[in-house]
Amino acid sequence: MAREQHDYDDIPGTFVFDQERSRQGFGINMFCMSLMKDENRKAFKANEAEYLKKFNLTPEQTEAILKREYNRMLELGGNIYFTAKLGATDGHSFRHLAAEMTGASQDDYANMMLAGGRSVEGNRSKSGKVGKAAKAAKPKAKTRSKSRSKRG
Amino acid sequence: MARIIAGVASSHVPAIGAAIDNHQTEEPYWQRVFSGFEKSKEWMAKTKPDVCIVVYNDHASAFSVEIVPTFALGCAAEFPPADEGWGPRPVPVVKGHPVLAAHIAQSVILDEFDLTVVNKMEVDHGLTVPMNLLFGSPQQWPCPVIPLAVNVVLYPPPTGHRCFMLGRAIRKAVESYPEDLRVVVFGTGGMSHQISGPRAGLINSKFDKAFLDNLSKDPNKLMRLPHVEYMREAGAEGIEMVMWLVMRGALDDKVDEVYRFYTVPASNTAVGHIILANRSRGAKAAAKRKAAAGKHKRAAARAKVHRVRG
Repeated sequence: MAREQHDYDDIPGTFVFDQERSRQGFGINMFCMSLMKDENRKAFKANEAEYLKKFNLTPEQTEAILKREYNRMLELGGNIYFTAKLGATDGHSFRHLAAEMTGASQDDYANMMLAGGRSVEGNRSKSGKVGKAAKAAKPKAKTRSKSRSKRG
Repeated sequence: MARIIAGVASSHVPAIGAAIDNHQTEEPYWQRVFSGFEKSKEWMAKTKPDVCIVVYNDHASAFSVEIVPTFALGCAAEFPPADEGWGPRPVPVVKGHPVLAAHIAQSVILDEFDLTVVNKMEVDHGLTVPMNLLFGSPQQWPCPVIPLAVNVVLYPPPTGHRCFMLGRAIRKAVESYPEDLRVVVFGTGGMSHQISGPRAGLINSKFDKAFLDNLSKDPNKLMRLPHVEYMREAGAEGIEMVMWLVMRGALDDKVDEVYRFYTVPASNTAVGHIILANRSRGAKAAAKRKAAAGKHKRAAARAKVHRVRG
């Protein structure tokens, strides 16, 4: 069955960890959770493919983990707070993984953050249907809570 | 009677904890972040709350994907720091307030907030980093803490409105606790950040500043902000900011903004922080409450008489 579409699927470069992905990625996340224990980290490092057999993963999920394809792991139901444990097992921080997922070099990513981060301009919507900042968050915008609740 | 005197919101970036633990706070990069909390620490030292309720989220430390409670109230006597893959943070064990926590659970569940009671739980950077930012790095935390873990990892988290209303229910619970306790509520997480996917690194200072403005003066505007707007405007993980609304809901409608701080970046994240204080309640409000309590007592007495007669 094709993935049900949601309003947030229009956000570019983003895999929202929702109920469907959670169902699909249970094995990935439980594998990552197992890496909280040192003995498991050692067993995984000793024979990665063999270790992964315990977690009922699909061939695509296994491949994404072995190749450390972090975006693909998210797409297949992994969650960043879990996959970060795989990163930590490899000795990498959140920021290191973030840079990797954006395709930037570590230096370029660090410089982008120092310069104020990635701008939201041009990064709001795949379809281009949404271009304006959230009105509700603007301090001076007059909004009625009634009309807002209908939208929400 | 216990009462909530103030609310504190703060980011809980793990790298801030790492900078403290690795003694890097004097480095220029981190000095920029920590200097923003000097005044807050002074305020906290002067305020000396008896209890803090810390609204935070667990990051795959205490809760994996096996059990995902939307709201989990820490009712234990203590909460050890979790091992997040680098060994537990060298911070004191967090002491709870099981009696007040039990009172809150009893009250808010009957107020229709079906929260999960947790009697054994480790706490991660989501809770301990804001503690460091406000209390520094003491040998023991100066007051007991009631952790309230909110799921913001598995979509959908509770709505902003729900979070705000839970704050209201917590306030009611605290105010019906007989002991005179001064309580501070923390909302943690945020501000704008995305640490996952090709759009990682997103920061939206305009959104963050507007959020702070509204949190302070007009929280009604934030209550109905849909989740997709948080994620689109403030990054996929920016949705953590709904937790700040629990804190805001626990305060009075009108509050005084004591302090605010904002800087970009700490690691992948915009750091935001605000202190909001309830206005000291005048004699009029106290009298009104006393009158209301008297009315309640008289009604209870009448009810008792009826029961006896019946």
